[in-house]
Amino acid sequence: MIRINGLTHRIGATPILHDIDLTLPRGKLIALIGPNGAGKSTLLRLVARLEPLQAGRIEIDGLDLATTGTERLALAMAVMGQQTHVASRLRVAELVGFGRWPHHHGRPRAADREAVEQALDAFGLTPLRHRFLDEISGGQAQRAHLAMTFAQGTDWLLLDEPLNNLDMAHSRTLMARLADLVGARGRSVLTVVHEVNYAAAWADHIIAMKDGRIVAEGAPETVLTEPVLSALYDTPIEVSRHDDRPLVLHHHWHDQLGSPFPKPSDDTLRVLH
Amino acid sequence: MNARPLAAGLALALLVLASLGTGAARIDLAAGGGWTTLVLMESRLPRTLAVLLTGAALAVAGTVIQSLVRNRFVGPDTAGTGESAALGLLGITLLAPAAPIWIKMVAASLAAMAGTALFLAIVRRLPVREVMLVPIAGLVLSGIIGSVVTWIAWEADLLQFVGTWLGSGEFSGVIAGRYELLWIAGAAAGLAWFAADRFAILSLGDGVAIGLGLSTRGVMRLGMVVVSVVSALVVTTVGMIPFVGLVVPNIVARIMGDNLRASIPVVAAGGAGLLLACDLLGRIVRHPYEIPVGTILGIAGSVIFLWLLYRPVSHG
Repeated sequence: MIRINGLTHRIGATPILHDIDLTLPRGKLIALIGPNGAGKSTLLRLVARLEPLQAGRIEIDGLDLATTGTERLALAMAVMGQQTHVASRLRVAELVGFGRWPHHHGRPRAADREAVEQALDAFGLTPLRHRFLDEISGGQAQRAHLAMTFAQGTDWLLLDEPLNNLDMAHSRTLMARLADLVGARGRSVLTVVHEVNYAAAWADHIIAMKDGRIVAEGAPETVLTEPVLSALYDTPIEVSRHDDRPLVLHHHWHDQLGSPFPKPSDDTLRVLH
Repeated sequence: MNARPLAAGLALALLVLASLGTGAARIDLAAGGGWTTLVLMESRLPRTLAVLLTGAALAVAGTVIQSLVRNRFVGPDTAGTGESAALGLLGITLLAPAAPIWIKMVAASLAAMAGTALFLAIVRRLPVREVMLVPIAGLVLSGIIGSVVTWIAWEADLLQFVGTWLGSGEFSGVIAGRYELLWIAGAAAGLAWFAADRFAILSLGDGVAIGLGLSTRGVMRLGMVVVSVVSALVVTTVGMIPFVGLVVPNIVARIMGDNLRASIPVVAAGGAGLLLACDLLGRIVRHPYEIPVGTILGIAGSVIFLWLLYRPVSHG
């Protein structure tokens, strides 16, 4: 369980998070949603100890973030940040292998090698294992980073927009894998998701943030509603249902938004076509 | 696959033999004798060892600084480190001329560390995408510190003294008793190999490093110690040796990637081989006179570096 108490954060003079209290249950796929600048990534980065704590307290499975060494925390949670594009020329298997570093500090044992193989396999990377990271696509590199995070073998996985760089097929596969990690292996995942429908389809628990505050929290059915989402994104949003889950419709009520561009005349359209 | 390291080892061994047999004095390695032993033990062997140690240590220091700044276009000689070491040595020479050699080396290393820290602080403020700003910042910093050294040396009438550090490095002055400090540079490079995984992880970004439980500051500090000690000892013992720390890590990374635990020994051997080949060339071209190895490297290194620059960039 992750407990957050009185978490306030500012960058320079700009307040980013306002006195956040939050309890994240274990064994769930938790999605953080909200508009740009809501503070989702900052919250995740604070829990992941990638940013220094300014005020408040964060506890992960009983470990106080402020007083627990970073080595110990690496056995409790694995982190994937937004920037996974690096200039380093590592092979895929070598990168995934570094996921085991917190366990062996340079002397891998059989169990470590086994975990790396499993991670490569789980993310469909076995055929790419000998390829250099700078020779594969951005999406594949993203998957390699995710496999490293998975190989770390921690109860918690913290992911900052893991769907960046991924097309629809890979996004879907990734969300299904995360759901499987939680469902079949009992891991806990906290992930920032931009596209609400991926959260709608796969998450067990949703946290909606806006302007550095938690606006709504709970099961997808209770958070992904028309009033909550419309207020969250400041735009009219229609929600339907599909397969017993909410489905956000992007194209509906489009005319209510208005257009900043003048409508082209029929003559212009004829010329364009 | 196993043939490659064997061939490389053989080539290095041949270079070593050639180095032992090449010089102004005429000796007969096959026949031996007192004169031959004297030349070998007092001059040729120390010189060969000094070249090997310098080449290996500089190349490894290059790998380390490249992983610290996450940029391939820097070397220990283009980060202001050598000039800072010279400044430190000049300072201690002026303040305490009678200080024992180890105190002078400590002063040079500390100054080199301060210079490298300054370089790292500057680089961290540069936009990540602007790959070429990093080497430019290094060259500007080197130039500024170098000119301060020259100015102080001019004022103190020590210009000739300083010239041996900032000028083209060369090994013609190396005899037994005047190169042994380079073993410490070699040991520092060995330390880098010991911490190879940490440098490899750090070069993946602070986020990844912290996520894996690494103390980024600790690794940075260790890297700075390695780079500074190597630079300080090389600069004060044999002078500025350009390009080895820049091109060798690049070529090795091209071929075998950045898994530093595997590549650092190859980087070391490559640096030793390149420097020995250039030093040998400098001894042969106008035998029995010598061309400083720094000059040879200036030509060879800049050609290799231009090739590396114009070859299509695979990242970014």
